[in-house]
Amino acid sequence: MSDPNTHLDTAYEAIIEHNDESRWAFGTGFTDPLAGIDTTVPADIDAAALAGYCRALGDDALILSHRLQEWVYRAPELEEETALANVALDLLGQARMLLARAGRAEGADRDEDALAFRRSAAEFGNVTLAEIPDTDFASCVARLLVFAVWRLALFAQLRGSADPVLAAIAAKAVAELSYHRDYAADWVVRLGDGTVESADRMAAGLVAVAPHVEELFAGTTVERGLADVAVDPSMLRDEVLGTVGDVLLAATLDPLEPSDAGFRGREGRHTEAMAPLLEEMQSVARAHPGAIW
Amino acid sequence: MTGPLDHAERVVADVLDPELPQLTLADLGIVRRVTIEDDTVVVVVTPTYSGCPAMTEIQVDIQRQLRVAGYPKVAVRLQLDPPWTTDWITDDGRRKLQAAGITPPAESAPRDGPVPLTLGRRPPDVRCPRCRSTDTQELSRFGATACRALYRCRACAETFDYMKAI
Repeated sequence: MSDPNTHLDTAYEAIIEHNDESRWAFGTGFTDPLAGIDTTVPADIDAAALAGYCRALGDDALILSHRLQEWVYRAPELEEETALANVALDLLGQARMLLARAGRAEGADRDEDALAFRRSAAEFGNVTLAEIPDTDFASCVARLLVFAVWRLALFAQLRGSADPVLAAIAAKAVAELSYHRDYAADWVVRLGDGTVESADRMAAGLVAVAPHVEELFAGTTVERGLADVAVDPSMLRDEVLGTVGDVLLAATLDPLEPSDAGFRGREGRHTEAMAPLLEEMQSVARAHPGAIW
Repeated sequence: MTGPLDHAERVVADVLDPELPQLTLADLGIVRRVTIEDDTVVVVVTPTYSGCPAMTEIQVDIQRQLRVAGYPKVAVRLQLDPPWTTDWITDDGRRKLQAAGITPPAESAPRDGPVPLTLGRRPPDVRCPRCRSTDTQELSRFGATACRALYRCRACAETFDYMKAI
């Protein structure tokens, strides 16, 4: 077994050499993104509050992942389609781990699928920035920039969370989020400092995002009840708006004017876009209850 | 001295990465440890990307190869902390990537503290795996799999994959 490739022409032949049923991963039970990880909630942490917090952080990633997946097959260029699909995949991976962490902390036997596919809009805790629909590619990268800068700042702090599982998930996500941020920032600069048309669209994309920005820093009772575990998002405001401002300056665009339209996704107060989004995202799972994939 | 544990370790080390089958799990540096508890082989692996679809396949492959090698009872466990970095790819792994036309990753960014944004930042000296020129250009930050970016060499005009440093 020291070199399994020696008698094969290509490395790819090696992976199909023993092509029996057992090589297909799906339906094999390896579906738990936290398999073998000690998910005991530390004694001094409120398990229900931790579950709610991880659910909300998982929902942020799940819902934006879905919005990004909507670009697959209709992105302006193949490279951008691949890029957005990859960002969506990273976020889906983060969502799976966070929802699995939430399910364990709940102790009510809800797995990631139960949380993703069997909750209604009011039960989702994602910020509304994640759920608003895109109108064009510029609006997509405007939202992705603000989201990635904010989530990166948040997760960089969460690496020190008192919950070791949440801290480990955050540490893993940081490298991915910085990649998402840099991708979005490059496009914002390219479009903002591009043609009159591209600059107009980039500016319009940022205007559409602005009413959902203050909500990112609002915080809820959940975070306040989780000292040392959660991050108070109001502490992130200067850093996040500073970084976004640097990008917009390089893009020769006007500064972002963050406002507060009063939505509070963390408390289940979503925009009208949330219910149709869930209807589509959950349609297959709801049509085939108990299905395994 | 070789015993069942050494043997099981070798079997796990030689499992191929389904997305980069030029590399073994040992080359990738994702196997944390292999132990035998009673009659069960326990394998601890670190996931690569949070959403890497190959992770499930890797777990299945470990179990299957161990079974073929005579270990019917296998438990595959994940370990998230510390997170995997492309710095853990071995020198052997880097040579195999290069030979397969994939430029190995540069050193990854430091793990702690803030992650500064530098617009237009690119990894230094991404070398063409064919002609070795560093006169290369990023075509797309994201490539065929989560771990790769697409580049073009200005010297020989060929496109190639660069394995992202994370």
